[in-house]
Amino acid sequence: MHPAVAIDQVEKRFGALRALDGVSLRIEPGDFFGLLGPNGAGKTTLISCLAGLVRPDSGRLLVQGHDVVNDYRAARRLLGVVPQELVFDPFFSVRETLRIQSGYFGIRRNDDWIDEILANLDLTSKADINMRRLSGGMKRRVLVAQALVHKPPVIVLDEPTAGVDVELRQGLWQFIRRLNRAGHTVILTTHYLEEAETLCGRIAMLKQGRVVALDTTSNLLARFSGQTLRLRLAKPDRMPVTLRQRATADGDAWNIQLANLNEMEGVLAALREATCPIDDLRLTQTDLEDVFLGVMQAADSTQEARR
Amino acid sequence: MSVGFATLLYKEVLRFWKVSFQTVAAPVLTALLYLMIFSHVLESQVRVHGVVYTAFLIPGLVMMSALQNAFANSSSSLIQSKVTGSVVFVLLPPISYVEFYLAYVVAAVLRGLMVGIGVLLVTSWFAVPTFVAPGWILAFIVLGGGIMGTLGMVAGIWADKFDQLAAFQNFLVMPLTMLSGVFYSIHSLPAFWQQVSHFNPVFYMIDGFRYGFFGVSDVDPQTSLAVVGATFLIVSAATLILLRSGYKLRS
Repeated sequence: MHPAVAIDQVEKRFGALRALDGVSLRIEPGDFFGLLGPNGAGKTTLISCLAGLVRPDSGRLLVQGHDVVNDYRAARRLLGVVPQELVFDPFFSVRETLRIQSGYFGIRRNDDWIDEILANLDLTSKADINMRRLSGGMKRRVLVAQALVHKPPVIVLDEPTAGVDVELRQGLWQFIRRLNRAGHTVILTTHYLEEAETLCGRIAMLKQGRVVALDTTSNLLARFSGQTLRLRLAKPDRMPVTLRQRATADGDAWNIQLANLNEMEGVLAALREATCPIDDLRLTQTDLEDVFLGVMQAADSTQEARR
Repeated sequence: MSVGFATLLYKEVLRFWKVSFQTVAAPVLTALLYLMIFSHVLESQVRVHGVVYTAFLIPGLVMMSALQNAFANSSSSLIQSKVTGSVVFVLLPPISYVEFYLAYVVAAVLRGLMVGIGVLLVTSWFAVPTFVAPGWILAFIVLGGGIMGTLGMVAGIWADKFDQLAAFQNFLVMPLTMLSGVFYSIHSLPAFWQQVSHFNPVFYMIDGFRYGFFGVSDVDPQTSLAVVGATFLIVSAATLILLRSGYKLRS
């Protein structure tokens, strides 16, 4: 069986900028896959390559075995993309928009499924209202609905919850999870790491057009397992070198990963020895945010090393 | 005919039809104003090809309005969807570039035909039109609308901003259509400008179209049809190559 999405050594340059610098990924059918990374990491460029909006300079992208360039019609039929920008066609009502989008994908009478999508996204009462008159959150829902009209086996959501209220976020994720359980592969880019942690089974982290981490969410969390000790020091310059190597800066504080609570004793002892007084101390369970920061910093230092 | 193509065509027609006051009624009024002013001034003094000036002018106005609106339809649809970003809705689906091309051009031709019929209806009150050769009339308005709809696509794809599109419209489309023999027979021009007019493809569209009404024209209608047909093939082929390359639509 073909992977849902196979990305092989994809490169894309915009002038001097290397937006994608040899990205390879494999996403299996039924995955709930997260694509994370800071702004400008290449997430949207990668998704645009997959959707055929951007043409890669080299490398290949396949959707269920169909090349997105040579076999674009088959590939696009399998893909439902929710774009990041809040765009709409001001001439049409919600229902007209969805009927037209169905037609583009070769589906003539689609009202049963359109009604189901509308109900699930809480849009039924807005069906005959012109797109111009909808609020931002409502327009966002219509964008999601448009991506789903042809029941695509692979659903791509490019930051679908940016600027969306909590209620919609919950409703949207319930619906997407149900589609995922029904066998749809879901690819999600998000800035909300919490969201990725609760939803995604596997995660790739991108930085400057490269994949810097790729693993199951639980493995990534385990890699930085245990607790995070967050310290604010009165005289940070006195921090012993051994600790500084383990610590990651987070504003004016430092985070230190602990495999278990016993390690805390060693950290405190080292600080006492260096007469480095502690202003504030907090202990938290590792979450994806810590993993993210850790991976991004590690990527920075390897980038330094390569120069 | 694929459902994707039919839907895109339907959407393009619905787009201008929903604002038809602006896209159909307004150009009909403009043409009517031209007719009222020019026929008031020239009716008693001028006869062209043996027909009174008002009757001579009507087919030219019909064609000019049809051509300008065919151009306006595809160009404004594309630039609007590019500027608002909604162009992704037609780039994400499995629509081939040939279907994409045909949908925009056929919609442009239909808008041209609607405006042309509108102009003909309101101006027929001033002079009852004759239809000596309706086949020629139809051939020239469809091919001419196709050429201008295609050029409108190129302009809409090329332009990044509305003012760039306006420049294309004001400095290329307007002079080509206004100086094409809409208001005069080119035989009335000095020899040099007659020569220049022969390099304007719009001249052949107007001249051949007018032949369909009166059975007389500045050049042989077969020559006009050959020129217009060849122009259509050339601009279509060039535009299809442009679309296949993804120029400005797929980076």
